[in-house]
Amino acid sequence: MKKFIFIVIFFILSSNVFSANEELKNKIYKNIRCIVCQGQSIYESNSDFAIDLKKLISKKLDNGENEKQIYEFLISRYGDWIVFNPGLNFNSLALWLLPLIVFMIGGFLIFRLNNKKRK
Amino acid sequence: MNNKYKIIILGITIVIIFVLFLRVLNSNKTYQPNQMIGKKIPEFILEDLFNKNTKLDSKVLSGKDFAVLNIWASWCIPCRIEHPFLMDLKDKNQINIIGLNYKDESVNAKNFLKKYGNPYSLIGVDKKGEVAIQLGAYGVPETYVLKKGKIIFKHIGPLNEDAVNKILELKK
Repeated sequence: MKKFIFIVIFFILSSNVFSANEELKNKIYKNIRCIVCQGQSIYESNSDFAIDLKKLISKKLDNGENEKQIYEFLISRYGDWIVFNPGLNFNSLALWLLPLIVFMIGGFLIFRLNNKKRK
Repeated sequence: MNNKYKIIILGITIVIIFVLFLRVLNSNKTYQPNQMIGKKIPEFILEDLFNKNTKLDSKVLSGKDFAVLNIWASWCIPCRIEHPFLMDLKDKNQINIIGLNYKDESVNAKNFLKKYGNPYSLIGVDKKGEVAIQLGAYGVPETYVLKKGKIIFKHIGPLNEDAVNKILELKK
């Protein structure tokens, strides 16, 4: 009976690990652009390039590499364009902050002009 | 501070911000095929097409002053178009060309070379296409020029006269 319970627990745990691994794989596949296709991720594509990348990513995960390391590897080979969500870098930060800075300068000027008029 | 100067400083600041915004907005909109230029060749060891005991080791490539690495396959039609250029590079210009046979059947690859000539001093077999990805390749054919193990030039697609001239220029 003990053996039976042990086997059942083992299968439940291993199936959970397996599905978590599959989820992570699919998450990465969906964030990698198939650069020889048009607007598709490698998850959606069956091109040779996408299939090769999926195999390589799967192998890297099996070898213990994490999501970040895989993105770093692919970006070093193909540039930021390969990931749909490249994360924060100087360019994306500047795109977010510059309009805000212009908005703040404008706000400051309006505030000062308003103050002067009142005086 | 004089009002005139304030307006000038404000104007310059806004122009700088605008130019910076425009530059950032326009950068990296498409893929960057030159991502590997200037980088060291990645490490790999592959079996040679003709002799399983011989290995194509990237460390050997790093030791060479000048070499051309060409990714090819027998099933790739553009590879047939570029083949005469590779033969010329080898025969007329004595350039050391290393082949990377990409996802190919050995028999077909050997037949291809028998039919069109063999410009390669060594051919690594990349059965799964993993080394091609390590090199940042998109497909076949692709050609890399290496100087002391560093990638200094990359050509995507079949070689043409312009690419050959560029390779010869780089060798000088």
